[in-house]
Amino acid sequence: MQARAEFSYYPGCSVEGMNKAYDKSARVVCEALSIDLAELNDWNCCGASAYMSIRELRAHLLSARNLALAEKEKKDLVVVCPACLTTLAKTNHYLKEDSGFKRTISAALKAADLQYMGSVKVRHLIEIIVNEVGEQEIKAKVKRKLSGLKVAPYYGCQLTRPFGEIDDKEFPTMFDKLLQWIGAQPVNFPLKAKCCGGLLMMTNEDVGLELNRTLLNCAAENGAECLGTLCPLCHMNLETYQDSVNKKFGTDYKIPTLYFTQLLGLAFGYSRKILGINEELIPSQQITEKYAKVV
Amino acid sequence: MTEKIGVYVCHCGTNIARVVDCKSVAEYAKTLPNVTVARDYQYTCSDPGQEMIRKDIQELELTRVVVASCSPLMHEPTFRRTVQDAGLNPFLFQMANIREQCSWITDNKELATDRAKAIVRAAVSRVNFNEPLEVKRVPMNPDVLIVGGGITGIEAALQIADSGKKVYLVEKEPTIGGYMARFDKTFPTLDCAACILTPKMVSVGQHKNIELMSYSDVVDFSGYVGNFKARIRKRPRYVDEEKCTGCGQCEQKCPLSVPSEFDCGLGKRKAIYRPFPQAVPSTPVIDREHCLYFTKGVCRVCEKFCPRGAIDFNQEEKTIEVPVGSAILATGSDLFDPSLIKEYGYGRLPNVITSLEFERLTHASGPTGGKIVLKNGKPPESVAIIHCVGSRDTNYNEYCSRVCCMYSLKTAHLVGEKTEARVYEFYIDMRAFGKGYEEFYKRLLEEDVTFIRGRVAEITDVAQKETEKGKLIAVAEDTLLGMVRRIPVDMVILSLGLTPRNDAIEVARTFSISRSKDGFFLEKHPKLAPVSTAADGIFVAGACQGPKDIPDSVAQGAAAAANVLSLIDRKEVELEPTIATINEEACSGCRICISLCPYHAITHDEERRIAVITEALCKGCGVCIAACPSGAIEQQNFTNRQLFAEVEAVCS
Repeated sequence: MQARAEFSYYPGCSVEGMNKAYDKSARVVCEALSIDLAELNDWNCCGASAYMSIRELRAHLLSARNLALAEKEKKDLVVVCPACLTTLAKTNHYLKEDSGFKRTISAALKAADLQYMGSVKVRHLIEIIVNEVGEQEIKAKVKRKLSGLKVAPYYGCQLTRPFGEIDDKEFPTMFDKLLQWIGAQPVNFPLKAKCCGGLLMMTNEDVGLELNRTLLNCAAENGAECLGTLCPLCHMNLETYQDSVNKKFGTDYKIPTLYFTQLLGLAFGYSRKILGINEELIPSQQITEKYAKVV
Repeated sequence: MTEKIGVYVCHCGTNIARVVDCKSVAEYAKTLPNVTVARDYQYTCSDPGQEMIRKDIQELELTRVVVASCSPLMHEPTFRRTVQDAGLNPFLFQMANIREQCSWITDNKELATDRAKAIVRAAVSRVNFNEPLEVKRVPMNPDVLIVGGGITGIEAALQIADSGKKVYLVEKEPTIGGYMARFDKTFPTLDCAACILTPKMVSVGQHKNIELMSYSDVVDFSGYVGNFKARIRKRPRYVDEEKCTGCGQCEQKCPLSVPSEFDCGLGKRKAIYRPFPQAVPSTPVIDREHCLYFTKGVCRVCEKFCPRGAIDFNQEEKTIEVPVGSAILATGSDLFDPSLIKEYGYGRLPNVITSLEFERLTHASGPTGGKIVLKNGKPPESVAIIHCVGSRDTNYNEYCSRVCCMYSLKTAHLVGEKTEARVYEFYIDMRAFGKGYEEFYKRLLEEDVTFIRGRVAEITDVAQKETEKGKLIAVAEDTLLGMVRRIPVDMVILSLGLTPRNDAIEVARTFSISRSKDGFFLEKHPKLAPVSTAADGIFVAGACQGPKDIPDSVAQGAAAAANVLSLIDRKEVELEPTIATINEEACSGCRICISLCPYHAITHDEERRIAVITEALCKGCGVCIAACPSGAIEQQNFTNRQLFAEVEAVCS
């Protein structure tokens, strides 16, 4: 196999805490696909969450420090969290476009003996897998096709927004394609890039629950057996709040929610345990077990 | 001989005088070498202003004149005539631009005045070396090429042909008529498009002065005003136009049906077809891609049934060359591709249709016989019309497409007339600017259409409540109410904006004309020369220059025709003498210039082994001059001596 470019892996805070299974499965899948994921040395918070709205410049500075560290390692950054992607990419864009902003950031980095020339690209893992690894290699790696598994591919709001460089902003399709390559069946999911409420779940739960109900309802109506996710925050909202949604709206959703890396790992023949598939609140046994047996 | 130079500093009302101290510039000019007289004047281009110059030339025996005023685009010809009237060669006049290049770009009076002095200094220094030049005249070929047979090209062709001049009308589709032939009714009068268009189409087809070449395109266009050559490629129809009577037997008998382009794929046509019954010419074409004979080698039914033996499967593509003196481009526009706006669901949600598809639905001879129906054949109970699809949107096209507001109103009227449906119009601003347009808007307001001011964010089929089930929901912020609204409807009509033709780049290249930032063809002046181009003798008209409705397109077609006729009536054209000349002694015959000349104006004289310029073809672009390694080429009125004098004076 052709040697692939090496990346600096930026896990971000959320996969270190609540979403360990995402990190776990991402590492397993990358190893299988010969994507070198060496963790970025001494990385810090990307500056996402509420920080960007309250102390914008400082948030950018946090982000810039990560970029500078990656540049030092002479590698592009790969992230799994779309919020990290947006924040890091935003800082990267501003640094290219706004010379005043660049001067301020450079001065601050200098205080920590760092500099950033702007050579680093920030990429999401799914984009690398779809565009760089590609159909042929993925298909060749599949040991157990997820035949007939109906998945609602949920992209969330930040993978393609605001830049829209890797897929259509409003109606992306790369996750759908990836699911087809591993034999699964992406269902029609028109809300695939709509908001999950993000942090509203903490600050305005009524709105957050309403948004999640709409998503769950759309997935269920289109016959999805599970939701596929690529964002830790979306994953958390959709999975851990299904009970609250049911309580509030008198519904009965129990839709298992899996990271795209877990679905990929299953198809590549890894055990559920290695992929962290036993760690979710809504059991996915019923749908994952049949694929977990080697055929 | 020492030159006697007159310098005239123009105030241009307050345009220049607002920041430039014109009096002091004139005083300064008097101190420059060889300047005999220098004056400032409020409007130098006015009659008394010109008279002042003529008087000075005669009384003071001036030999050179400099006017410091606006850009040469408008008034260089004016002042050249002025000095010529007074007996000077027009090229002994020099214009200095202290408006666009000075007063309009700063508010700093001191700097502006200094800069104006420098510009005048340069012009005075240069004019010493200007040489008298003679304008050449060549005969004007009265024949005209018109590209595009939509309503614009038709209007232009008829105007010119009716005056007795020969017109070659080239249309790439099998029929003329353009978009208008596909429309049902036209705003604001609601008269039937076909009723007013088809008589004109017939006139074109029958006119003795119009040679109609349909299913053809211009592949090359060369030469210069008065003497162009157009190479036209005629694609094979596989039907002999001379023999065919247009009886339609072949169409009836052809066994193969395919989606009709004319009906936006909503209806069918045969593999041998006319786009619509009133097509001009009425000769059908065989669609090679689908025809059973061409694809499988069988059938030939049309041939058997043709009573005139007009079917000719052996017809081949032909390229002909016609000499013309002028050309009008009326190539029209394309429609914006709505599938680019994914959130509107075109192509994904079946009852989201385009405005042109709606025209075909509501057209009496369209695929549904004029019935407005959903994909399931039922009439809609509610319809949303979305304005500005692809227009006024920095993601796609920044400009306003001008026609959509009005045709959307017409659409709403037709839906109201033919169905019981409730109609919603989503608009950003209502632009009803033409004659009778505002009145039409008012009429629609009274016809019970619901107008919602707001750009639609998305069309979705994901219901949030019972009333939305099975519907398309148009989501928009109602900017008058200040709230987001979800309107469930059965049908959504996307009012598409107009875009440059997908081959506009190639056409512009073929005819050596420019395009504006938005991709449409660039006119010479947006207000004062709207149908002229920077290329003499080539005109643009209609939507190829920018989005236009039918009244404006027809007006431009007629305007272009008037421009062409005025040119033809002069019987000869003047050729600018500011062309390249070769110093034969210095030319080494290396031929570098020959390969670079974009106008094929340079040839190689084998005997003398030097390059030779054909004066009539040279446009004075200067490419050869910059490229010549021996410095053997100079451009008249832009000689090295003139330019260096100018540069030295600016720097001194």
